[in-house]
Amino acid sequence: MESTTAAFRENAAKALGDSKLRDALSKLTDGFPARRREAIARLPEFDALRDAARDIKDHVLANLDFYLEAFEARVIEAGGTVHWCRTAAEARTAILRICKTAGAKTVTKGKSMIGEEIAINEHLEEHGIEPVETDLGEYIIQLRNEPPSHIIAPAIHLSKEQVADTFREKHRHLSPGRSLDEPRALLDEARGELRRKFIGADVGLTGANMLIAETGSIVLVTNEGNADLTYALPRVHIVIASLEKIVPTLEDATTILRVLARSATGQEMSVYTTFCTGPKRQDDLDGPDEFHVVLLDNGRTKMLGGEFHEMLRCIRCGACLNHCPVYKAIGGHAYGWVYSGPMGAVLIPNLIGLEETGDLPNASTLCGKCEAVCPVRIPLPRMLRTWRQRQFEQKMNSPAARAGIRAWAFLARRWWLYRMLTGPVIAVLGRLGRARGRFRYLPLAGGWTKLRDFPAPEGGTFVAQWHKARRREGRT
Amino acid sequence: MTAREEILGAVRSALAGTKRRDAIPRGDSERARRRLDHHRANLIPARGRLGAKARLDLFIREAEKVDATLARVSSAAGVPREVARYLAKNNLPMTLKVAPGDPDLFIPWTKQTLLSVEEGPADGADPTSVSRAFAGVAETGTLVLLSGPESPTTLNFLPPTHIIIVSAAEIVGDYEEVWARLRKEKTGTDGRFMPRAVNWITGPSRTADIEQTLLLGAHGPQRLHIVIVDEETPSP
Repeated sequence: MESTTAAFRENAAKALGDSKLRDALSKLTDGFPARRREAIARLPEFDALRDAARDIKDHVLANLDFYLEAFEARVIEAGGTVHWCRTAAEARTAILRICKTAGAKTVTKGKSMIGEEIAINEHLEEHGIEPVETDLGEYIIQLRNEPPSHIIAPAIHLSKEQVADTFREKHRHLSPGRSLDEPRALLDEARGELRRKFIGADVGLTGANMLIAETGSIVLVTNEGNADLTYALPRVHIVIASLEKIVPTLEDATTILRVLARSATGQEMSVYTTFCTGPKRQDDLDGPDEFHVVLLDNGRTKMLGGEFHEMLRCIRCGACLNHCPVYKAIGGHAYGWVYSGPMGAVLIPNLIGLEETGDLPNASTLCGKCEAVCPVRIPLPRMLRTWRQRQFEQKMNSPAARAGIRAWAFLARRWWLYRMLTGPVIAVLGRLGRARGRFRYLPLAGGWTKLRDFPAPEGGTFVAQWHKARRREGRT
Repeated sequence: MTAREEILGAVRSALAGTKRRDAIPRGDSERARRRLDHHRANLIPARGRLGAKARLDLFIREAEKVDATLARVSSAAGVPREVARYLAKNNLPMTLKVAPGDPDLFIPWTKQTLLSVEEGPADGADPTSVSRAFAGVAETGTLVLLSGPESPTTLNFLPPTHIIIVSAAEIVGDYEEVWARLRKEKTGTDGRFMPRAVNWITGPSRTADIEQTLLLGAHGPQRLHIVIVDEETPSP
């Protein structure tokens, strides 16, 4: 997918002015985090399970070569094929080759972020094969030719009226007078359209939530059941997954499943969790004749062992998006590429390069909520700071910003000078702002005061107040 | 060099050359091998660790919470009657596609003359399917189904109404017990035990993709009815 991340600042400004988007995002703010809290309150072991999930992923990453080879061996024993791909282009080529060999005209798809990452839909279309997204949200955005705006709720940015308009425009063969006022009617229409596609598809393409080294199984988690119809009906099942999706055993996968749905949607368990192992067996009455796993690197081995190593623990639950004040304000599209939210801000520069990502690493208040809710405890704020540091080291930010940071660093390293300067400034500002309690305009802070007031300081610097309080307690 | 060799080489050199030795655990392929062989359970929540009766109650409560309906019958002979009752109550056609013959659990479908019963995989036109679970998991009200000649996967997803039969004796506390039983009962001479598909099903299909409005019956079944057979029956 083409990235617009370099224009992050403009994207974000546009998103902030979009009232429809704001309504849609406020529903998300109310929904997912509240349900997550309820689910966690019911499971006293939740935090200990997060530790266990983190340890599993750490162990896998430290032994990734061993587990990849073990997984491959089990897939082959089960009658499947593994295709190793270094880049998005190699993965596209491998998938197209399998589709062509199968004589495919239609490919049904389960929702896959890796599929978005390698832009497989466009590639198949260019070669005369019709890709059909089957997750309801993905289906809607495919009709609208938009990227997903959330990793687990791709159409979160749309209202039901917008979906209805899209269906009227794209489903021309249906009666124009039909009612599409309610979400139920929209769902029923999509279900009907997709049923025909499911039955007629030649190849089913899914992602994988996990790959299990012990058995060569791939794990699919959905609520709709679309992934299951995607692998069970066509003759060929292709799985596309990146290297870090490996877990050692069924027991390890189970531990991760216990934190996945609770973190994502606040469900105790998603409706359908499926473990697929190889193609149709001799006496099976249904199932695919061929089973292919496309194993993709696309930048993962570069993250291994480095500053962003822990990012490879990510299980793509979306909790960091749901709890991020920045994501909640601007939504997913402003991030400009496949991923969004805090995990996106860390991952995007890793996958498309820091020079392509503009102000993205700065799109965070570093409030720490993302790390606090992460089921595998990824230190996201630390990684965002690492990107900021690299931007500075590589002279990627503006001269004014660099001068500001340098001046700040100079002062911050000399506490006596810092206090000498801030003390009087605070005193003057406090006196000037006493009447209103805030400033409409401040020199050097125009970027702030253009959109909001600046609060006037009340009663000296933090250090001064601290000392005063200590003296009051009689401890100095 | 092939892509495979290059990727594995990149993994090895990244791990060996890491500058973060303190933060990143060292690889140990012996330990990893033992982990695969022993497949030890990690932390299991206490929720499912209950006596038989409390466990069954928990299973029912959890399944109801995710919008499944449940009924209990005393023996397999009572299943057709319960199915007919359920279909009539919900005003559904008396037509069933059922899993083809389960040698261990004989369900006398012909005794219910109201029902029209056909065996085989689902074809997209069946209004209701009946399949047999390998196990139930009390922890979350989840059913575990295995693909195989007596249990086609399509029955679980294509028809809008899905009825699953589970024996009370096969309802366990947690998922780990299911894996242990699967290894014990299904391991073949080649050491493999996983069927082509293991389906965990927790309630009927749903989506909240349109304005976060929860709707049942997205692509899979809109109704999930669970019939618990109390009498001790051997597993499929």
